[in-house]
Amino acid sequence: MDYVSIIPCLDMKDGRVVKGVHFVELQDAADPVAAAKAYCASGADELAFLDITATVEKRRTMFDVLQKVSAVVTVPLTVGGGIRRLQDIDDALAAGASAVSISSAAYRDPQFVREAVKTFGAQRICIAIDVDRNDAMPSKREVYIDGGRTPTGKDAVAFAMEMKDTGAGRILPTSKACDGSCGGYDLAVTRAIAEKTGLPVIASGGAGTLEHFYAAATEGKAAALLAASVFHFGTFTVAQVKDYLRGRGVKVR
Amino acid sequence: MIAILDYGAGNLTSVRLAFERIGANAIIVDNADDARAADRIVFPGVGSARSGVDGLAQRGFHTLLKDAAARRTPVLAICLGMQMLFASSEEDDGVQCLDIIPGSVKLFHFPASQRVKVPHMGWNTVALPQQHPLLAGIGQHEAFYFVHSYYAKPDSPEHTLGISDYADFSFCAITGRGSVFGTQFHPERSGDAGLRILQNFTTWDTTSCC
Repeated sequence: MDYVSIIPCLDMKDGRVVKGVHFVELQDAADPVAAAKAYCASGADELAFLDITATVEKRRTMFDVLQKVSAVVTVPLTVGGGIRRLQDIDDALAAGASAVSISSAAYRDPQFVREAVKTFGAQRICIAIDVDRNDAMPSKREVYIDGGRTPTGKDAVAFAMEMKDTGAGRILPTSKACDGSCGGYDLAVTRAIAEKTGLPVIASGGAGTLEHFYAAATEGKAAALLAASVFHFGTFTVAQVKDYLRGRGVKVR
Repeated sequence: MIAILDYGAGNLTSVRLAFERIGANAIIVDNADDARAADRIVFPGVGSARSGVDGLAQRGFHTLLKDAAARRTPVLAICLGMQMLFASSEEDDGVQCLDIIPGSVKLFHFPASQRVKVPHMGWNTVALPQQHPLLAGIGQHEAFYFVHSYYAKPDSPEHTLGISDYADFSFCAITGRGSVFGTQFHPERSGDAGLRILQNFTTWDTTSCC
C-alpha cells in the first residue's frame, strides 16, 4: 500500500473558517492562517481549502485569504469552490494553491475539465463529486451539483468514469448523507470509484471516529482521507489519526 | 539573491513562498539578464518536457543553466527542472534536454495487472546512498512529496543522491553533479524536510565541490 494522506479541510465563508477550530493554542479559532499552521504542525499531509459560498464577488476575498494561508503551508494545498474557468485556476495557482477541485462546472462542461488538464496538468485537477443515495442508479449513488442542491439523475460511478476520460488526476466523492454526520465515510461509493477508475480517490464526508479513517483507507480503498469536523472541533488531532492508522498497519508519513 | 526561473512551465508562487518562509530573498525572473545577476538559481518546472525546453530556449535560460553549471553557480532543479538536467527525455516522442548530467528520462511503465497508478503522486520515502551538503540534517527514509509520470535515470551511480521505490521499482529521487542539484519531489511542498533542503541551498558553498 502507498502512503495514505490525511487532509484537513478548511471550510471557508467570507474569509473565515466556518466551523471554527477548537485548538487550545489558537488565539482566533476561525482564523484560517492559524488553523492551517496548526494542521501542518500536527502532520497534515495536504490541506483542502473550500470556499463554500463561492461567488464571483467574493472570489477576490478568497484569493487574498488563500495567499495568506499558502504562505504558511508547507504541504500541497487544494482549493475548491466556484472554479469554472481556466482563469479561476490560474488565479488559484498564482495565490499559492497546488491544485484545484472542480465540481458543478465539471458536470456542466466536461470540455472545461479537458482544457484544464491540458493547460495545467492532470495532477492539478481534482474532481469533487457530491453524491447521495438513489437506489434507481446502478451504483445506488446519484450525482448532485450546486453545492449538493441539484440532483442530476446521473450515476456517480458512471460520472467518475467520464471524468477519468477527461484526464482528471483525482476524484473527491463527498456523501451528502454522511457529511457532517460523523457516522462514517460512504465506503461503497469511495471503493467503487477507486476500483473502477483506478484514480486516487479522496474519501470525504462522515469521519467521526478513528475506525472510520481506517475503514476508508482499507475497505474504501481511498488514497487520501479528508475530514473537517473532527479536526475543527478538536475531537482528534491529525497526529492522533496517523498514530492510530500506523498502529493498525496503514502506511502514513 | 536567489533567482527562480520563470520559463512558462507552471506557476511558481509556492516555490517563492517557501523561500520567503525561511527568510531567503528569492525573486521570480523571466529573462536571462536578470538571472545572471543572481548568485543562486532555482530551476522549477511543472508540465511537459517539450514545452519546458522550448520555454528555456526562448528566454536564454538554456545557455544560462549550462554556464551556471560550468561556473559552479549553485542550481536547485525541481521536478521537471530536475528531469531537464539530463541529456534527453522520452516524453513528447523524445526531447533533447540540457545534458548537464549524463542520463535520460523515462516513463514509468508497469504491467496493467499490477494496477499501479501513474502519475506517482503523494508522499514517498527517499533513501540516501551518499552524503551531500544539501542533505545535511535529512535522515534516511524521510518522506517527500512527489508528482510525476517520468523518472530520471543517470548513467552513473555517482549522480544518484537519493533513491525511492514506487511499487517495488527503484528510481532516482535526487541527483547532483558539481554545483547542480535536482530533486524529483517538491521540497516546497514537503514539510520541514523540504524546507531544510531549501535552507541548505541558500548557504551551499560550491567553491570546493567537484
